[in-house]
Amino acid sequence: MTSVSEAPGTTSGVRAEGAPSTDSAHVPAWEGFTDGPWRDTVDVRDFIQRNYRPYTGDASFLAGPTERTTGIWAALSAMFPEERERGVYDVDPHTPAGITAHAPGYIDKAHEVIVGLQTDGPLKRAIMPNGGWRMVEGALATYGYEVDETLKKVFTEYRKTHNQGVFDVYPPNVRAARSSHIITGLPDAYGRGRIIGDYRRVALYGVDALIAAKKLDKLELDTRPFSEAVVREREEHAEQIRALGELKDMAAEYGYDISGPATSAREAVQWLYFAYLAAVKEQNGAAMSLGRTSTFLDIFIDRDLEAGRLTESEAQEIIDDFVIKLRIVRFLRTPEYDALFSGDPTWVTETIGGMGEDGRPLVTKNSFRFLQTLYNLGPAPEPNMTVFWSPDLPQGFKDYCAQVSIDTSAVQYESDELIRAHWGDDAAIACCVSPMRVGKQMQFFGARVNLAKTLLYAINGGRDEITGKQVSPVAAPVEGDVLDFDDVMAKFDATMDWLAATYVEALNCIHWSHDKYAYERIEMALHDKDVLRTMACGIAGLSVAADSLSAIKHAKVSVVRDERGLVVDYVTEGEYPTFGNDDDRADAIAVDLVERFMAKVRRHPTYRDAVPTQSVLTITSNVVYGKATGNTPDGRRAGEPFAPGANPMNGRDTHGMLASALSVAKLPYDEAQDGISLTNTVVPSGLGRTKKEQVTNLAGLLDAYIGSQGYHMNVNVLNRETLLDAMDHPENYPQLTIRVSGYAVNFVRLTREQQLDVLSRTFHGAL
Amino acid sequence: MTVTLPGPAGRTARGCGVAGGTLPDDATRLDVPGAPSSAAGPAASGTPVGHARRAGAGLDGLTVADVDRADKLAAMRAGELGSVHSWELVTAVDGPGTRLTVFLNGCPLRCLYCHNPDTFAMKDGRPVTADELLGRVRRYLPVFRATHGGLTLSGGEVLMQPAFAARVLRGAKAMGVHTALDTSGFLGANATDAMLDDTDLVLLDVKSGDPDTYRKVTSRDLEPTLRFGRRIAERGLTGHAPEVWVRFVLVPGLTDDPDNVGKVAAYAASLDAIRPGTVTRVEVLPFHQMGRDKWDALGRTYELDDTPAPSAGLTERVRDQFRVHGLTTY
Repeated sequence: MTSVSEAPGTTSGVRAEGAPSTDSAHVPAWEGFTDGPWRDTVDVRDFIQRNYRPYTGDASFLAGPTERTTGIWAALSAMFPEERERGVYDVDPHTPAGITAHAPGYIDKAHEVIVGLQTDGPLKRAIMPNGGWRMVEGALATYGYEVDETLKKVFTEYRKTHNQGVFDVYPPNVRAARSSHIITGLPDAYGRGRIIGDYRRVALYGVDALIAAKKLDKLELDTRPFSEAVVREREEHAEQIRALGELKDMAAEYGYDISGPATSAREAVQWLYFAYLAAVKEQNGAAMSLGRTSTFLDIFIDRDLEAGRLTESEAQEIIDDFVIKLRIVRFLRTPEYDALFSGDPTWVTETIGGMGEDGRPLVTKNSFRFLQTLYNLGPAPEPNMTVFWSPDLPQGFKDYCAQVSIDTSAVQYESDELIRAHWGDDAAIACCVSPMRVGKQMQFFGARVNLAKTLLYAINGGRDEITGKQVSPVAAPVEGDVLDFDDVMAKFDATMDWLAATYVEALNCIHWSHDKYAYERIEMALHDKDVLRTMACGIAGLSVAADSLSAIKHAKVSVVRDERGLVVDYVTEGEYPTFGNDDDRADAIAVDLVERFMAKVRRHPTYRDAVPTQSVLTITSNVVYGKATGNTPDGRRAGEPFAPGANPMNGRDTHGMLASALSVAKLPYDEAQDGISLTNTVVPSGLGRTKKEQVTNLAGLLDAYIGSQGYHMNVNVLNRETLLDAMDHPENYPQLTIRVSGYAVNFVRLTREQQLDVLSRTFHGAL
Repeated sequence: MTVTLPGPAGRTARGCGVAGGTLPDDATRLDVPGAPSSAAGPAASGTPVGHARRAGAGLDGLTVADVDRADKLAAMRAGELGSVHSWELVTAVDGPGTRLTVFLNGCPLRCLYCHNPDTFAMKDGRPVTADELLGRVRRYLPVFRATHGGLTLSGGEVLMQPAFAARVLRGAKAMGVHTALDTSGFLGANATDAMLDDTDLVLLDVKSGDPDTYRKVTSRDLEPTLRFGRRIAERGLTGHAPEVWVRFVLVPGLTDDPDNVGKVAAYAASLDAIRPGTVTRVEVLPFHQMGRDKWDALGRTYELDDTPAPSAGLTERVRDQFRVHGLTTY
């Protein structure tokens, strides 16, 4: 048990002199590490590749929680019921957030191994007005806090916010599409998130070396001739350097000098966490993901273990304490926001496992330790544990992952094969399914468009099927009583043209403004100078649209018009195949829609020349999207939720979980490079008679799915009865974690409507 | 239209009316007109398609053969064509790993508790060629490899269509696929030696141990089943014999008599006595009511309306009756 003040190396911290430097001078902090290019330039991947030790064994080495860990977690857990009850535990309504805005905070100062909180107390949320003042005001009103009038004046009169910026530049067609809910969830009033700082850099190099490197980059920019882009970059670099300085100041307030590299495992975790903490102190991003840290940290842990400076139990304790901190990241948000992204998610996504480009597994003992926190602290939605799965992973790790899934439902899986092929072996997931090279790539998050509603617009000549308003340009509605596939498809295609144009326009406005008024200083300071940007579009309602088109194509669909002449309902006669049965007739329609919309998106210029991508992901907005969409030709009734992500519609996938998944696996990743989300729930007995059988079968299923070009799978192993009981007795299930579209939530924190949606989804008994 | 919450578990007919530890709830979907129907499902005429669950697992993705009656009979006799109810990819229920389970139509038994009465009649199935079915097997070779799974033929009663089954098993074996046969054994005589050579696992459904109870449950004789099991065990003494999993459906008030159960257990043990290692697993499958609505939909009389699912205690008692023989029992 070490207090902060007694911790070794906290203030004296051995400095790396001028690291990274061009000479090979002895750097004490790097003692024992294998040299390489990483010493001379910021190159964390090179450091990992030269120094990590793959672990191919099983989970038997793992340690349980220490008494200290259990105590800290118990203290926090005692605060959760009140937070759940009120929606927030506490808010500081007076202090706009920033890296150094709040005084140091502790849970239990004497006993914390890793320190640092977003504000001066645990679970106390900060206001982050740069995204938009209305969000702040709305949230404060919701939770009964007074609005600070001075701040209001500052952020409405003197200081423009991201939200104001966007609405200054939105054209009318975007506003119309937005208010008719055909484009929804846009990050125009909240932080866009989905940017992963390479927080590892702080641990490996220390802040001074990173500042020095950034200054060099800025010097280079200073020599370039004027253009708006160059000046913007210069200003951004100045902000990045300033943010790095503040990061050091913030750490100093906690008693740590992080100007040099970390010298021990505990320091490495602490340094890395400070960097992440700085990001979440300043940015209320929709997803504030951590990156790919576990194997990196294993190198430091392994060095200390080898030297006898650390025991396995102490190593686990450090990771447990780190994860405790990640579990209590909090943002102040409004109920409207919660409806889109429910369960108070922060998407502290940590990417675990995967294979290296050289064929060695990137699995280390620390990959296991991260997952082990789900036992030591009990299940939890955050950090969002994300395993990069490859059939080539060591069996011991595969089995442990499967076991953890069966016991906690808290793990999601993404295809290491597809991600490595596209983004290399040092990529990580932001949010749910968005892959990016750490420190070298970021995305402009673009929420999603409602493809099912777009189909209805096509049928109705651009009029909204609910309000009757003309939203997309006037076009000929369908004529006659029976829908003709070719006719509907042609109209749909034209409506998608309009949609893609409007959508990309909206995203350009948003990200132009976000860069200007809510720039992610510290996260971008932990990126290379030249960053690949993607414009991450997305689609919702894919299976509804595909099944509707299949019905029109293979059965007879008649329309029902109301007194306004709008088609408001459909009568379907005959048989037709549906998406989710590994039936190419239906699946090909879904594939076509994905390819078609992506091609349309690609035609439009993007802000900062971002590379257009798209996701098939809904998070929990499938409920909201469904609410805003009328009857559809597949028989879905108005207001009913869509299937989440790329999932087939509930109950229509009747050939087992894997057959359903194989339909989804046909969606081409090349045309949906921001990820394709699939959520599956299976009852434990559906995996086997014994635990061992269940583990083997789940690992085999993941091998089969990823081996069939599947991209992502959320795996819930749950009994329906458990969820029903949790709805009635939430107090008995504080930690019941379930995976929804791309992330995990505490089931008891979902709205009743969302709980019912989860329950109504297909439970696979026999996979 | 009401929202039907999905059942706790599987949605497919388990063969031979065997209630899996995971319970099918296809019944909850059966009586819903207008659910999007599969190629094999009943046409949803005139009713708006709803969000309700669909009628059956269906044959989606399999081409239904277009043949006239005379050709059909000839092709079926030759085993080129089968009468198929549906297919599914399942894990942990019809043999090891993830399996392509194909349900065939037609059954000589009339088990009172059957939850798949729609597989009773061979005419209710759809014609599918062996080649078409083997195409689907080929498609899932990577799945079988990854999960150590394979093909399971179920029903109905597979041995109602022995030539078709033999052809499919042969084709699967030729691809190196693990094969399983889910059968009551009543038509065991229809299984040729060549067919058993192509079978890795027999899921032998012993509906009861007492001949009178067996007749009451199935309206058929017990003896052919017993004979079939012994034949498999004896084959193992001289050459290849499939592994056997004995399955027993526990129905309170119908099959739960200790004497009846004891006889099934003793029989399973006797197969091991003929050749140790014949029976590698026993599955006691608790009865459930999820097939009830299917009987109504077919206009058949269902006699187990008031029968409860067995209690955990009863189920354990029965499992213990098997375990005392040293049988691995779930």
